[in-house]
Amino acid sequence: MEFLTPPPVRWLEPDVETQDREGLPAGEQLPLPASARQNGNGRPASFVGAPRRRARGSQLAIDRMALEDVSIAYGQKPAVRSVSLPVRQGEVLALIGPSGCGKTTLLRSLNRLTELTRGASLDGRITLDGVDITTIEPTLLRRRVTMVFQQPNPFPMSVFDNIAYVLREMGSRRPRKRALDRPVRDALDRAGLLEEVQGDLGHPALRLSGGQQQRLCIARALAVQPEVLLLDEPCSALDPQSTQVIEDLIVRLRDDVAVVIVTHNLQQAYRIADHVAFMYLGELVEYATVDALFGSPRQQRTKDYVSGAFG
Amino acid sequence: MQEEPFAEQRSHWWSDKRAELTLGAVVCTALAGLAAMLVFVVVQGWPSFAHNGLAWFGSGGSVDEQIKAMFLSGEAGAHYVYTFHAWPLIWSTILIVGGATALSLVCSLFVAVFAVEFAPHWMKQILQPVVRLLASVPSVIYGLIGVLALVPFIGNHLISEHDKASVSHIISLSGYSLIAGVLILTVMIAPLMISIFADGLRSVPRHWLEASLALGVNRWRTFWKVGVRAARPALVAGTVLAVARALGEAVMLAMVTGSVGFAPNPFDGGIFLFEPSRPLAPTIIQNIEGLSSPPLKQTMFAIASVLLVSAMLFSLAGWAAKQPLKRYGAA
Amino acid sequence: MASEAATPQAVLPAHKAAVESSSTWRRSDRVGLVVCWLLGLLFCAIAASIVIFMLVQGVKYLRPSLLVTSPSAGFVESQTGGFLDPLIGTVVVALLGMAIALPLGVTIAVWLSEYGRPFSLARAVESMIEMLAGIPDIVLALFGLLLFSSPVLGFLSRTSGHVVYGRSFFAAGAMLSLVALPLIVGSTREGLQAIPTHLREASLAVGKTRFATIRRVLLPSARPSVITGAMLGLGRIIGDTAIIVVLLGATLTLNQAGSAPVLNVLKGTGSTLTSFIYQNAPTGENNQPTKAYAAAFVLLLVVLALNMCVDLIGRRGKVATWSS
Repeated sequence: MEFLTPPPVRWLEPDVETQDREGLPAGEQLPLPASARQNGNGRPASFVGAPRRRARGSQLAIDRMALEDVSIAYGQKPAVRSVSLPVRQGEVLALIGPSGCGKTTLLRSLNRLTELTRGASLDGRITLDGVDITTIEPTLLRRRVTMVFQQPNPFPMSVFDNIAYVLREMGSRRPRKRALDRPVRDALDRAGLLEEVQGDLGHPALRLSGGQQQRLCIARALAVQPEVLLLDEPCSALDPQSTQVIEDLIVRLRDDVAVVIVTHNLQQAYRIADHVAFMYLGELVEYATVDALFGSPRQQRTKDYVSGAFG
Repeated sequence: MQEEPFAEQRSHWWSDKRAELTLGAVVCTALAGLAAMLVFVVVQGWPSFAHNGLAWFGSGGSVDEQIKAMFLSGEAGAHYVYTFHAWPLIWSTILIVGGATALSLVCSLFVAVFAVEFAPHWMKQILQPVVRLLASVPSVIYGLIGVLALVPFIGNHLISEHDKASVSHIISLSGYSLIAGVLILTVMIAPLMISIFADGLRSVPRHWLEASLALGVNRWRTFWKVGVRAARPALVAGTVLAVARALGEAVMLAMVTGSVGFAPNPFDGGIFLFEPSRPLAPTIIQNIEGLSSPPLKQTMFAIASVLLVSAMLFSLAGWAAKQPLKRYGAA
Repeated sequence: MASEAATPQAVLPAHKAAVESSSTWRRSDRVGLVVCWLLGLLFCAIAASIVIFMLVQGVKYLRPSLLVTSPSAGFVESQTGGFLDPLIGTVVVALLGMAIALPLGVTIAVWLSEYGRPFSLARAVESMIEMLAGIPDIVLALFGLLLFSSPVLGFLSRTSGHVVYGRSFFAAGAMLSLVALPLIVGSTREGLQAIPTHLREASLAVGKTRFATIRRVLLPSARPSVITGAMLGLGRIIGDTAIIVVLLGATLTLNQAGSAPVLNVLKGTGSTLTSFIYQNAPTGENNQPTKAYAAAFVLLLVVLALNMCVDLIGRRGKVATWSS
């Protein structure tokens, strides 16, 4: 990849209200942090300076979840070793690293999906709003911490039923179909899918395009009003246009929910994340703000990874 | 299908070409033989249909008397009597096969879901051999237990004297009944349904179940709303194949449902369940002594062709419904 | 599964993670789970009661003498003999049926799996096997009657004058082989398809013809599946009643036809355990329930033993899997 020389920039206020929905027009660049411009120890990531979706707004971040010294093993094989991370509402946390480094396992432990695998064991403590998640009923936990998977997997039902399905499970009494109409449309709206499907909510979900299916899955995950949204490489199976739409969506969501995204696409992490955690072989190598990690990484392994020496 | 081998020893007597042709010939002969069977059975039964037309399927008169008349006329050798209105037999078949299929569908679905997901490990280990055991018990043993244990129980304990007296002028209620046939037939076809349902449930793609669990839906609803829904082809296949099996059940039903060609009347109220009847398949097996009489023989072949066509249709439908499962590697 | 270090603020004691329990489900869900349990236990109870009932009655009525005495007509149960002839009949019919079904079934399975061209023929054969599996056995019985009553095949059964009787062990064995055929074909095909392709290629690459490959390499490897299919087919043959009742003449003893040493038995009529039970049930002609119980007990034991063999072979076959 070409090494881009940082062009002259305009500083953009991290103002929530004045942001337009489509994000920055191409060509607008954000300022590089001073450390990156210095070109000190090693080259910064070659895409630093590329367009970002929205400026960082982590001044408003609220602590939601905390991982304390978490280790996960499948049987005898350790997958994650002693990781400690915070998850905050108001920011996007990206987990990056090469394949097999344990980032997906770590993500799945946040909503106790690792327990579905036989032989998985977890040490350490994960808390949600201060409460250890192992003391919360798994079903209730998973309504507060929802997940979107890599392959879009809408249920074999209509669009309406996909979202209504999760809403029907919330209360103790089954709500009438009319009562569900509003929440379903709200969820679709938040996911940016409402305009495209509102004509026919009974359309079979499996006949939507890949990007639409993934947004439906995100709408489904948002329908239960979660506190934390986990995304496991949501765009890896999608084309660039759909990826762009979903990245915009993720950035819009971060003020309402804490977002944790696993991605192997470094540019994507740079575009949308506020904090980045780099993992390698199960260990947390470095955790920093996105500019610091990509611009001036402290660890040599991080430097090598973001500059493309291995991956 | 394999590609051609590199070196073919053409000088060898059992060259591949010859072997392929021979095997193909054997297969073709078998295929032709079976096609011939269908044709022959229908042809043999044709006179009965020809003489009765569509009234063959209708009602009118007592089936038992019609059979007797046919037998006598055949023995006499002169003018064959073909009158036959099979509706009581058909109605009995519909009731028994339909009732057993419906009951078995519900029970088998619950047991299959239980066996695949919600049973503890030790229970799963027990259920598998139990289902296989029930599937392999010969139908004559089911019939024996039915006639020596269930029928007396129904006759002596479930039917009151009052009920028996109220219909004694039409039919005698002795325990040989509709309900005995339905219950035992349910037990006979349930193992087939359970194994096909369980195969289908096990092959539901895991990511759907995981997605549903990750959205905070509990295990029960995940499995029922998403899993069972996704396994619908297996449900259809299992049901249809069980119907084909139930249609052909002759021996057990002959021993348990009574041997009167009586059409149970649902308007009789509760007694309806205890009325005897005789479906199509047992009719054949109970009249084999009379096969020397030509009209009776042809009528029996007509019944057999009705059974054959319907059972084959259901089997083909079940096989067609199982095809999508093969893509998931289930069937 | 999930273990945790002791935490001072934990609501539950340490080492006890909150697992999803049905107490948090809705009432309809819990009722459903109860129904599941009830039905599962009911099935086990039904199976147990069938076995126990037959066991009790069998032990009550089975005497070793029954196994070696021929049956004879009569009204008093103690004087009507045992069921030796039906036992022999079962064995003969099973051997005959398997002798036809096994080679034919393996041939069809091999052709479908290894050759299978033209494709339309292969599809036709597959559907034919499926349909055969669905044909009721009385229809097969009637067809057998038609077939073997024709003068062409008169030599296979008893004839008197110009009337071909049409009932004999040959007839019953031939039709019973059709009953076992789909099971053998299905099981053998599965076994052949489980063999990885590189084994076939390796054999062909050293110059062996495809036929020799099948004979020397593939069939021996698929032997457990063939045996499983054979046992399943045998179980169905032994348990079948309708074909026997129609095609075997249901005479009490073996009635031989003609004077050739073995053929006279095969051309003659007789009965098997299943038809014996059918005749001796209250709905049958003889109405001797004690004999019926004894014969049913023996039949059930045989079927259960076959079942266990299939289980054992299946388990052993799973151990020796292909490392591919």
